[in-house]
Amino acid sequence: MSRSRPEPVQVIKQRRDAALTSLVDGVPYAKFLGIHFDRRGDELTAILPFDEKLIGNQMLPAIHGGVTAAFLEITAVIGLSWQMLWKDIESGDAGGDMALPRMPKTIDFTIDYLRSGLPRDAYARARVNRSGRRYASVHVEGWQDNRQRLFAQATGHFLMPQRDE
Amino acid sequence: MAVPEYLDGEARGNLIRQVFAAMPHFQALGMELGKIADGKAEISMAYDERFIGDPETGVISGGAVSALMDTTSGAAVMCHPTGTMGTATLDLRIDYMRPATPGQRITAQAECYHVTRTVAFVRATATDDDTSRPVATATGTFTIQREEGGKK
Repeated sequence: MSRSRPEPVQVIKQRRDAALTSLVDGVPYAKFLGIHFDRRGDELTAILPFDEKLIGNQMLPAIHGGVTAAFLEITAVIGLSWQMLWKDIESGDAGGDMALPRMPKTIDFTIDYLRSGLPRDAYARARVNRSGRRYASVHVEGWQDNRQRLFAQATGHFLMPQRDE
Repeated sequence: MAVPEYLDGEARGNLIRQVFAAMPHFQALGMELGKIADGKAEISMAYDERFIGDPETGVISGGAVSALMDTTSGAAVMCHPTGTMGTATLDLRIDYMRPATPGQRITAQAECYHVTRTVAFVRATATDDDTSRPVATATGTFTIQREEGGKK
C-alpha cells in the first residue's frame, strides 16, 4: 500500500475554518450587518441574525430591501471566493497565515424580492453556476423559517481576480 | 410606512422625509435626504470604513451601494404625484460601472418614470465626487399600495 495516511480531521477542519474566517473578516460590511457563515464540508450557509438596525419598514416591521440585497451579494462574493480557494485550502496552500487573493468584483446583481423579510434571522446559500477564467455567474437563495419558502433570490455576474499578476 | 394617497405637494414631501428619517436602517447607514419631489429623489451617504467591501482597496461594499439605491428608488416611488400609501421592492438590478473612490460621499438620484395602478418603474444612478462617471446604475420595479375603495 503506497497511499499516504490522510491528515487528521482536526488539522483539516482547522485549516478550512481559518481560511473561511480570514475571508469573511476581510469584508468589514459583513461584520457591520452581523453576517457570519456556517460551514459543513465545503457547503456554506450565510446567517444574518435579526437586529433592529436592519429594519426598513417599521409598520410591518420588515427588513430593509437594501439589507436583503447586501446580504445576498455578500453571500455570493464569499461563496465564489470560497470555491475559488477550495483547492488551495485542501492542498494546504491557503488557510494559514498566507494572504488571500483579491476578491471577485461585482459586475451586476439582480435581486428578486419574493416576500417581505420578517423580523427574524435570515439564511442564504450561493450556487456558482459558471466560473470561468474571467467571469462568473452566481445564484443565491435567501430564506427565513422554511428552506422551501424563499424571501428573496438573486443572480449576479462577477469579474474574477487575475492570479499571479 | 403609510403616507395617505390624497396628500400631495409639500405636505406629502415632508411626511415622506419624516418616514424615511425614522427608518432604522436609513439611520444605520447615515443616509441624508436631498431633494424629494414629483417622482424624483436624491439621497447620499458619507464614506464610512465600516461599509468597506474590499479592505485592500478601501472601496465601499456593493451591498451598501445597493442599500442606497434601493432606498432612493423607494423614495422616488413614494413622492410620485400618483400617490401611494407605501411601497416595497419587487425587483432591483444594479450595474456596477466602477469602484467608488474611497473617502468620497456617494449620492444616488432616482426617478420613478412610469407608474401603473399597481407597479412603479424606477431608474437610479449613483455617483461620487466625479459626477460625470457613474459608480453604479439601477433599474427596479416597486409595488404601489392603494387604499381599499380609495382613489383609482
